[in-house]
Amino acid sequence: MKTFKGRVLAAGSITAEAVVSHQGVNSLATFQGSVLKGSKTVIASDQNNPDIFQKDITGKALCLPVTIGSTTGGLVIQTVCSMKINPSAFLFSEHIDSLAASGIVLARVWENSPVIAIDQLGKEFLETVKTGDQLKIDEDGTVTIL
Amino acid sequence: MYTPKMELTEEQRGILDGSQGPVMASVMQTIVMFGDMFDAKRLVKVTHSRGHLVTSFGLGLLKPLYSTMDKLVQAGIKVKGDFTIDPRPVDFENVPYSLLDKLINSKILYTAQKHYEEQLKAVGIKDANAFTCACYLDEVGNIPGPGDILSWAESSAVVYANSVLGARCNRNSGMLDLFGSILGLAPEFGFLTDEGRKATWKVIIKTSSLPEAQVLGSAIGMKVIEDVPYVVGLDKWLGNKLDDRAKGYLKDFGAATASNGAVGLYHIEGLTPEAVLQGQDLLKPGFKEYVIDDKELERVYRSYPVMWPDKDAKPCLCFIGCPHLSYAQLLSWTDRIEDALKKGGRSKVAIKTVLTTAPDVADRFKKSEAYSRLMATGARLACICPLMYTSNPLTKKRPIATSSNKLRTYSMARYYKDEELLAMIGGQA
Repeated sequence: MKTFKGRVLAAGSITAEAVVSHQGVNSLATFQGSVLKGSKTVIASDQNNPDIFQKDITGKALCLPVTIGSTTGGLVIQTVCSMKINPSAFLFSEHIDSLAASGIVLARVWENSPVIAIDQLGKEFLETVKTGDQLKIDEDGTVTIL
Repeated sequence: MYTPKMELTEEQRGILDGSQGPVMASVMQTIVMFGDMFDAKRLVKVTHSRGHLVTSFGLGLLKPLYSTMDKLVQAGIKVKGDFTIDPRPVDFENVPYSLLDKLINSKILYTAQKHYEEQLKAVGIKDANAFTCACYLDEVGNIPGPGDILSWAESSAVVYANSVLGARCNRNSGMLDLFGSILGLAPEFGFLTDEGRKATWKVIIKTSSLPEAQVLGSAIGMKVIEDVPYVVGLDKWLGNKLDDRAKGYLKDFGAATASNGAVGLYHIEGLTPEAVLQGQDLLKPGFKEYVIDDKELERVYRSYPVMWPDKDAKPCLCFIGCPHLSYAQLLSWTDRIEDALKKGGRSKVAIKTVLTTAPDVADRFKKSEAYSRLMATGARLACICPLMYTSNPLTKKRPIATSSNKLRTYSMARYYKDEELLAMIGGQA
């Protein structure tokens, strides 16, 4: 077991499977395919991100450095949260970016979404965690790789 | 109930607690939570009365956008002044579309456009001509002054306002721009602070001529990512006056820094307002250096992947004007397209060519003699967002050419330098 401590942005506690992206996640490119189809799960549709492309990320703990791409990114995160097909948690190794931050806030405030967000987990977190790992996420921002 | 980390005034705390109703409380909570994520100490007044929104398209999939807008409209909430907004996504009159394209755009992608525009009207859009990414052009008139605090989100407009106009704005996301304009408040962090406007990179230009704006911006964006660059040596080529030529150049340069990286502010020695006032005092101790010469620009240009399915295809369509062209740029492109046709011995453009600009600029341009000259070449003038044209999945198979590094970054379009593009338009390549 290895434990990391980050800054809590949107608190919650769950155990979830990790899906890891070592590059910035383009929110629009990743989520739009599933949203357009009205799918029950998100199959990551960004072909420029081989780490997560075609992976099911609904209900997972999405581990990433930051999000990148269009300024619709925040709205897209809000949309997948409103459809309840979002990753359960966004675990950022770096300081959250403004696009993801707005998405998390819009989802929490306007959709009453329980989406969890923790940032500043550190570079080592992203180097250690692997897709498929089980993660225990605590209210205080502790993330444990089980 | 959200407990803010930042300090709020009594009035701001009251709004958060519901003194102006539950919808305004949610608007305030959104801005405060967002600011808390960036350790903002307080909210400061948005001092420029005109907002600018990034989300201009009624993409059917963004259902929460319309339900949030409905809540604002039903509560009678409007922005404090008015606002401009990014370009419309489609223009069936002036841009070439197939029947299937039209069907996809109107029945699948932008199904909420009409409804969304009604909502925009209700919350305070400027007028029917408000749709442009370059709201700071003279004809549009959304021009903040030095030191003005803004709540904008469009990345190319934010970097222009910060750098060329000396205003202060963070790189916000859609909806946050609107909420800040409703409250007239923005969280104070990043580019809103003196410290956040200091440069951590010194970029030294050593080229043998004026660099292509879009390639220079791309090179700097890719190198500094989200940091602030202080550029020396560019005034040798651009001069020391923010005239039409320099402003057009910096518009395109900035959009490339913002899209190829995530630059929100740059300083050009001897030219942009803060660099003129403070010079190299803007550089933070321990700054990094990046030297750009002809070889480096060529390396960057050659590094762009060609995303077309057939890499040797001839372009079927060409977009010029992302960000939207200024009036001076429209005049210049008209002259250069005419020259290119003369060189190629043609009377009409060899590839379908669309120049995009702001509706207010288009109105002015249509009154000039250059407009009929441009139309005579077969080129078209439109006011859409070329990026949104490429949201249609069918366009991904088409060889689209562009002089915009932003469009290249966010689509499958291929970037060409201006002279290469003109040679193709003139049928010489």
